[in-house]
Order: sequence, then structure tokens, then C-alpha cells
Amino acid sequence: MKSHKIKKLISGFTLALLAAGAQADYPERNINYYIPFNPGGESDVTARMQEEGFKEATGQGFTFQYKPGAGGATGLSQLNQMADDGYNIMGFNLPHLFLQPMSGDVGYETDDIEVVYVFQLTPHALIVPASSSIESLEDFVSRAKETPGALTVAGVGSNSAPHIAKEIFDDAASTTTTYIPFTGTSASTAAMLGKQVDAQWSFVTVGVEQEDNVRLLGVAMEERHPLFPDVPTFKEMGIDLVDGAYRGVAVPKTTPEEIKQELSSLFAEINKSPSFRQTMVDKGYVLIDVPYSEVPEFMERVGSDYKEAARLLGLVE
Amino acid sequence: MFAYFLDALTPFNLMLAMFGVTAGITIGALPGLTATMAVAVLTPMTFTMPPSSALIVLASIYMGGIYGGCFSAILVNTPGTPSSITTTFDGYPMAKRGDGALALSLATLASVIGGAIGVLLLLLVAPPLARAALAFGPVEYFWLAVLGLTLVASLSEGNLLKGIMGACLGLLISFVGSAVMGGDLRFTFGSPTLSGGVNIVVALIGLFCIPVVLDLISTAEPHMEMDKERPQGFRLREAVKLLLNEKINVFRSGGIGALVGALPAAGGSISSLIAYSEARRSSKKSHEYGKGAPGGIVAAEAANNATVGGGFIPTLTLGIPGTPPDAIIMGALLVHGVQIGPSLFTENSEIVYTFIFGLLVATILMLPIGLLLGRYAFRAFIAIPKSLLVPGVLLLTILGTYGINNNVIEVFIMLALGVVGWALSRAGFSPAPIVLGVVLGQIAEQGFVQAWLIGSATSNLSGMFFGRPISLAIIGIIILSLGYPLLATQLKKFGRLKAHD
Repeated sequence: MKSHKIKKLISGFTLALLAAGAQADYPERNINYYIPFNPGGESDVTARMQEEGFKEATGQGFTFQYKPGAGGATGLSQLNQMADDGYNIMGFNLPHLFLQPMSGDVGYETDDIEVVYVFQLTPHALIVPASSSIESLEDFVSRAKETPGALTVAGVGSNSAPHIAKEIFDDAASTTTTYIPFTGTSASTAAMLGKQVDAQWSFVTVGVEQEDNVRLLGVAMEERHPLFPDVPTFKEMGIDLVDGAYRGVAVPKTTPEEIKQELSSLFAEINKSPSFRQTMVDKGYVLIDVPYSEVPEFMERVGSDYKEAARLLGLVE
Repeated sequence: MFAYFLDALTPFNLMLAMFGVTAGITIGALPGLTATMAVAVLTPMTFTMPPSSALIVLASIYMGGIYGGCFSAILVNTPGTPSSITTTFDGYPMAKRGDGALALSLATLASVIGGAIGVLLLLLVAPPLARAALAFGPVEYFWLAVLGLTLVASLSEGNLLKGIMGACLGLLISFVGSAVMGGDLRFTFGSPTLSGGVNIVVALIGLFCIPVVLDLISTAEPHMEMDKERPQGFRLREAVKLLLNEKINVFRSGGIGALVGALPAAGGSISSLIAYSEARRSSKKSHEYGKGAPGGIVAAEAANNATVGGGFIPTLTLGIPGTPPDAIIMGALLVHGVQIGPSLFTENSEIVYTFIFGLLVATILMLPIGLLLGRYAFRAFIAIPKSLLVPGVLLLTILGTYGINNNVIEVFIMLALGVVGWALSRAGFSPAPIVLGVVLGQIAEQGFVQAWLIGSATSNLSGMFFGRPISLAIIGIIILSLGYPLLATQLKKFGRLKAHD
């Protein structure tokens, strides 16, 4: 009996020692960075850009692993079954993390995912082809009010980020537009460029990629985007829409607190690197910093926004 | 421009292209592993290479993968990749009668020429073609899918009713999952996996591979016998001769493949279907199609390989990927810091042109590599005992299905579809109309819903569906393809009556 207790004590002690040691040298080998999407997607591109800064700070790199499927849900639903030693991290997207569990059983709940850092945002943008007769956001709003429902706007998917942007915009600007869902950004962009629809709800990154082929009518940011100084924010027009797709990293829930803290400060450091900032901004991304300590408050805030949006979409009562 | 060509020919790039083509052919040839998967799996490997080399590898894998799909299509009646469904129509009957080697050589020649047509169109007329592709709106995709469905029906000659029933079953399967519009869940029975719909590749593997495996198990005969009376080897001379008879066919099919490939929401399976049907209609021996006509293989393989070059047209000129592998390759470029978009051709011309020439080199490399691999694949396939072949194919189908989304439930869906497909094949249903129903159902539904929404929003519903020139042209072809068999039989009857007089 006694020896059993001692054994337990010893093993507990060793574990504690091991844990302490692990934190001191963490990370002492490459970290598995799981991407729940296909290689080459925006999450992958970002993660690969982050590796340089991570190497500089720790001397270790990332081992990239892909677990695509069900818009990221396949990977996320497996996160908590992974080893919680700090060597498994996974990228995630918002609003997917909120909307997927709302739409049914996808294998995880929003609260199951332990977010340690949110590092970037691709802001929503309302986009028209360069040759469109819609010159400005005022044009768009007045056309939408003149003939309610006649303006068609493409976006990716139903109950998705662009769909939410459309609903919030219509609600805030008191307009009625018709949302046309497409599968994938490419189909949605092609429909807009080919003038099959009047406009497109997408992200600033599409504006960067399409260059002179398109005109951005407005961006869902607090301030104007540095790459598009002439494009107004929706806020300037009195339309309260500041949102987009957020990206960050999460860990298995039982990962030690110290490691979560450490990871959070490492990603904060990466976000500070001037060369990293430059590449991300050039591609149209907006860097934000939500460290581990502020995650609960952040999730609470955006979560209530998404719940409101889900109500507009009729997803929840 | 010549310098770019030389760039693509550096020993390093040439070696990469050879590796890519070989890897692509191998993965594409294995039933259950698709070209898209080959590109996705090997993409991270290229991140350490210089951008143009990385692109050459990826493009070679893609080109090789699409071509490799014909191996299993011809030898096992199982398309290695969705775009080689049409190749099974005539490829397998040819192999069955002992002309497998000839069919493979013919498919290789057609693939190389078709692939080259696609790449040359990409090189020479990409910008105008990309603009033309944008004129294709939701309603055009809807009519295109309807055209595809009518072709399925008219291809099931003698078995029209079963063909239509099969296509309808496929359409029904395509409804499973969350609806394009509104996101309502249909026929998902509470399963999170089914809410994403039945993956096309899952349906393909289940409906094609599993019945073949079950048939192999249930019969005592060997899977394929070497016919000692038939000539052996490549039979290249014969293949060239056959191809010369199909000159117009190969160029028309290549053209169709490249054009359909340039449409961002259509793919290789629909392009080879249209090319096949055109080839059959204009052939003097149309009654042989489906029973091992060389022209059928030529049409299918020229078209699906031309889709590769065609698909890169919107990818490189507009930053809009034409096919799923294009999307992955585009992402790989972004990782390399190359910004895709309208200015890619002007700002990164050396990368783009090296890439296009690399693609051309890879296409040409397919000829020796394909012939060689084909020869060994054919021999190995005949030599391998059935007791190894069956578990091997079964293992690949399971691995391949799991690999699509890392989801074990999809493996069960695949197996369930396989058993259904086997039972149906016993009743005389062929799997092609079912799978094409799944593919085309998604395109048709999306196009219809989008067109309906846009038409209603602009209060011009009839103009939306029946007032656009491209739509009218496709509708014309639909009427023609539905009416032609009827017309042909009427004419024949008329002719016979006259002869009796």
C-alpha cells in the first residue's frame, strides 16, 4: 500500500519535473502544424510565412500536416484527440468555428476548440468588375433601394462568411439585395468578372489578386486598407460592418497552460516581424493580435456578433 | 521566348518533369488514387524548389495523372481518375478481346496529342479564351450539364431505359448533403459526413471498382488472358495507323477538351463525354462505339488531356482555377510568393513561360514513359495472380477513399455504393450513367438555382433560360443529340422501305 503511494508520488514528481523541463526547453523539436484545409490554401500560405519567424525565435520549425475535409471540421474534430504535449497545433478560421456547429453536428462544438492566438483577418469587401456602372458604395445603396432585390451579389456558400456579410450589410444599410451562392471563391469571382451578377461579397485579398480587373466599393474595416487608400470603409458610410474571416491557432484542450502562454507569445513575436508584416499586408491580409489571455473576451464578442448574424440568416431562433 | 523553352529543358527541370510524369502516371493508374490526390500529396514537396521548377513538377504530375487514369480504365474497367470514365466505354471492350496493348498505345498517342493541343492553346490564345469562358454564366452551366445528361442517355443505346434510370439514381445521389441554396440538409440521416454530400470520387471508386472486384471474386476464370494469336508488344505501328484514321477526331476532341477545361466550373469528365459523343455521331462506324471502337478511346483521351492545358487558361490569366488540381497548384505558387492574377503574364513572364514549356515537355515525355510503363503495366497486370490482384485493388480503393478527406465513414459509403453498384450491374446497369449523374447533377442544380435566383431578381426568368446566345446554342445541340438517333432510325427505315420498293 505504502510503496504504491510512494510510487505514485515518485511518478508524479518525475512527471512534474518532465513538464518543467519541457517548458524550459520548449520547443526542443519541430512542432506539428496541422492545416485542416488543402495545401496551398490561404491558411497554408500564412502558416508557411510564419515558419521563418518561428525558426528565428526558437531554432525549431514546423512540420506541416494536412487534414482537409468538411470545410475544416474534419481536422478540428480530431484536435482534442491529439497528444497535448505542445507539439500539436492546428490552424482554424472564424466564422467557421461558430457557424459549423450551429448548422448541425460536425464533430466538435465551438467551446471544444482551445484557441491560443488569433493573428490575422481578411476583411470583407464588396467588389464589382472594373467596367461596372456601379461606381461607388452610394451608387450600390441607391440602386439597391430603387429596385429592392434586383441587385444580385455572388458569394461563397450558404450560411458562410460572405453570406453573413451580405445579411449584416442589408440590415445596417436598410437595403434588399439577392445573394447568389457559389461553391468556391473561383466560381464566385468568375461570375462577378463575367457580369453574371452585379457584385461580389468576398475578401480584400480578391481585390489584391484581381488588380485592375475589379473595383472595391467598400471594406469592412475600422480604418481604410493601406493597399486601397481610396476605398471607403463601410463605417464611413454609416454602415456598421467591421468583420471578415479570422485565422489563428488552437491546441488540444489539455495542453499545459505554460505551453499555451509560450505559444501565444511566440505567435505574437512572429506577427511583429517587419518582413512578415510586409508580405502579409501586400497580399491584402490585416494582422491582428489576440493573445491567449484575451481570447475568451474576443471569442465572446465575435461570438455574439455571429449569433446575431445567424439569427438574421434564420440558423438559430 | 526561345530562352524560356531552353529554361524548361535544363537537365534539372527535365529530370523533374520525368519524375513528375512517372509519379503522376503511377498514381493516376492505380484505381482509387486520383490525379487531384497526386497533386495534393506531392505539393508540399515542391515548396523547397525554385518556383518554375516546382510548377513543372506539379504540372507534370497533373498531366501524367490524367493520362494514367486510362490504364486502369482500359485494363480493369475502372477509371483511375474521374476524367477517364469515358475511356472505359471502348477501352475495356478492346482489352477484353485481347487488344489491351493496342488500346494503351492508342490512348497514349491520343493523350499526347490532346495534351499538346491544350498546352498550345494555353500558350497562344489564353487571354481571349479566358474572356470567352467568363461569358459562361450559371444558366450556361445548367444547359451544359443537361447536355451531358442527354448524352448519357443517348450513349446507353439498346439500353436507353436503364441508362436513364442509372442517371436518375446518380442525380438522386447528387442531392445528398446540404443544398447549394439555403443550406438545407437533404437525405443526410443526421450524419455529419453526409451533410457534405457524396464525394464524386467516393461514388466513382465505389460504383466502378468494387463491382469489378466482386466480379473477379465470383468467377473462377483468370482476370485477363494473353491471347497468343494476337500480335505482342507495343503495337505502335497499328496504333499510329488507327490514329491516322481518326485525324479529325483527335483534333476536334482536343479542341473540345481545351475549351471545356477553360470553363471554371466544368472538368475533364464532362469534356471527354462531349468529345466522345461528337466522335460517335460523326463516325461512319458509330455502331461500333461502346463495343471497342478505337475512335472512342481517341476522343476520350485526347479530350481529357487537353483539359489540363485548357484549365490553366483561366488559372494563369484570371487567377481563377479551371479544375481542382489547378486550385492546388495556384496555392503552391502563392506559397512561393508569386502573385497570381491578370498581371502574372507580364510581371512573372519567365515563370509562366518556363511553366508552359515545361508542361509541353512533360506532355511529350508522356509518349516514351507512357509506352514503356504501359507495356510493363500490361504484362504485370496479366502476370499477377488473381489472389494478389483482388486484395491489392481492394486495399487501394479503401486507402484512396480514406485519403480524400481522412474520413473513415466515406470508406463505408464507398463500400455500400459498391455493393449497390454490383447488384445493379448484375441487372444490366452500367456504372457510367450513375457516376455521370452524380457529377452533372451538382453542376445542373447549382446552375439552375443560381440562374433562377438571378432571373427572378431581374424579373426576366424566361430571358435568363432561353434568351442568351450561348444557352440557345447548347439547347440546339441538346435537341440535335436527342433527336438524331430517332431521325437516324427513321431515315434507315425510309431507306429500307425504298429498297423494298
